[in-house]
Amino acid sequence: MTARMDKRFADLAAEGRPALVTYFMGGDPDYASSLEIMKALPKAGSDVIELGMPFSDPMADGPAIQVAGQRALKAGQTLAKTIQMARDFRREDDATPIVMMGYYNPIYIYGVERFLDDAVEAGIDGLIVVDLPPEMDDELCIPALARGINFIRLATPTTDEKRLPAVLKNTSGFVYYVSMNGITGSALPDPSLIGDAVGRIKAHTRLPVCVGFGVKTAEHARAIGASADGVVVGTTIVNQIASSLTADGKASAATVPGVETLVRSLASGVRASRLAAAE
Amino acid sequence: MNQSPNLNSFREGPDEDGRFGIFGGRFVAETLMPLILDLQEEWNKAKTDPAFQAELKDLGAHYIGRPSPLYYAERLTQHLGGAKIYFKREELNHTGSHKINNCIGQILLAKRMGKTRIIAETGAGQHGVASATVAARFGLPCVVYMGATDVERQAPNVFRMKLLGAEVKPVTAGSGTLKDAMNEALRDWVTNVDDTYYLIGTAAGPHPYPELVRDFQSVIGTEAREQILAAEGRLPDMVIAAVGGGSNAIGIFHPFLDDKDVQIVGVEAGGRGLEGEEHCASLTAGSPGVLHGNRTYLLQDEDGQIKEGHSISAGLDYPGIGPEHAWLHDIGRAEYVPIMDDEALEAFQLLTRLEGIIPALEPSHAIAEVIKRAPKMGKDQIILMNLSGRGDKDIFTVGKILGMEL
Repeated sequence: MTARMDKRFADLAAEGRPALVTYFMGGDPDYASSLEIMKALPKAGSDVIELGMPFSDPMADGPAIQVAGQRALKAGQTLAKTIQMARDFRREDDATPIVMMGYYNPIYIYGVERFLDDAVEAGIDGLIVVDLPPEMDDELCIPALARGINFIRLATPTTDEKRLPAVLKNTSGFVYYVSMNGITGSALPDPSLIGDAVGRIKAHTRLPVCVGFGVKTAEHARAIGASADGVVVGTTIVNQIASSLTADGKASAATVPGVETLVRSLASGVRASRLAAAE
Repeated sequence: MNQSPNLNSFREGPDEDGRFGIFGGRFVAETLMPLILDLQEEWNKAKTDPAFQAELKDLGAHYIGRPSPLYYAERLTQHLGGAKIYFKREELNHTGSHKINNCIGQILLAKRMGKTRIIAETGAGQHGVASATVAARFGLPCVVYMGATDVERQAPNVFRMKLLGAEVKPVTAGSGTLKDAMNEALRDWVTNVDDTYYLIGTAAGPHPYPELVRDFQSVIGTEAREQILAAEGRLPDMVIAAVGGGSNAIGIFHPFLDDKDVQIVGVEAGGRGLEGEEHCASLTAGSPGVLHGNRTYLLQDEDGQIKEGHSISAGLDYPGIGPEHAWLHDIGRAEYVPIMDDEALEAFQLLTRLEGIIPALEPSHAIAEVIKRAPKMGKDQIILMNLSGRGDKDIFTVGKILGMEL
């Protein structure tokens, strides 16, 4: 576990509130605007940043994130530039953990060792690679852990008691509970069911459990934050960015402020959501 | 592995992690892992279950029309003046291609697993039609994802699927072709894991799909091997098949892999030429990467973004290839060569005139390779080619290129 990630979750536990984890697509709609968005996130109340790595074929994502990836690629984003974005961000902020999220092929083509070298140097704290389940741990997870980079795994409603230990085995940083079977950007399921699922995972691990998929409003964030250690918001932020663009898909004066306003509101949700004393 | 691999065999793969050398594997989202593990378990049981095999055989004989004939193409042989040419007539199967072999097998698996809804992806529509057909036969609802571009250019197959009761969902994401249809089918599967069976159309995707699709298609090579032995008293010198995802090719190749004297040739879609980006020759011009659940050769850029392929044949229009072909390519057991759009089109017309068989554009690529190779071989030599589909679906495409009004 990196010191940054450790400290952030320890501080939040002391504060008695869940983390707000915000996702955005690196390079959407262009490098400079995207870096401004990244810098704005912690200032608006985000505790952990998920930096999306665009991929041409994002099989587990809904249309919003898919289109965001296409915008980024069209604007010339590459994996090297996404790493550079983290590096640029780190010059101003050395406290907010950064988790890179995406698919394996661009990393595989970049070269696993080279990628990990560059990620460590750029100040990356964790990785979420959607198409690398525990069965494929030798590819990236084990080498990443050896460098001190967290490998954050997704647990889903299909991850049953039998499978959970395998999923948690090499997971570090936090566990990302995907609150439904489906793609990003779907509807939010019943918060009480989420509470049960979080409890089930917590029986197997001491890691923080963050919950995502379907969180759109401060109220959602508050409700989910009641049982989880963190609330992940992605599609809603990506949609906010999309809605602020000009007709030809360029950033407007409203792009960065729009994200700030949204994240500030979501942050008020998690801050209203006190964890139970037992946590 | 449970048993030590026979190092003298090319037919032992994949290992228990689904790997053929470095290729294959299970690169899927966590949501899908329990499903593909269930599928693997069920497949392992079905493989050795006499009742399952008997049902497969019975449907093969009475529903598909197996065994398909082995045909000596006398006029083409005379025309080319070299090796004797035999066709394995998979185009005579019910629904007009080899695709049905796999669909019957997989729907029996779906039934065993208690799944009540079928999803499939399709490019040209052949696999979509075959999936819709077996779904109708077994009374299950079927949703077929098809790129919006393909929906437009394959209207007759779209209508067939609808007649068969399937719902055809056009996919506009990405560039609206086969790879986007596959992405969308995976998204559906991730969302409807409880009741849905994903009927993959080719020998690719996460383990165990490449293995089970190959095994269902291997009936082609197993029959052909017996048939050629009966007809000629010996094995062929060369086996040729077209390769898109590679299911018809692996189906005819696999039973011959350990026959060291049989040369194996896979034919990729060279499109408008390998210099540019308008081709689908992932083995000849691509590089290893990870997409759609497996590591294999892909058409991709230096950042690992997947490129769009191009082929005159929608069935070969896919930027990847089955992992077993990637392995056979790397170890040198099979040779893979490109055939251009115009060569395939010429072969299509030649076969139609000489043999009275209208081939699909996919096997027309294999025919073009036969046309190149047969004249250089002796008259005592034999080429076996998989005639994997009939060309009725392609007459509009061909008509348009030849400037004929249909």
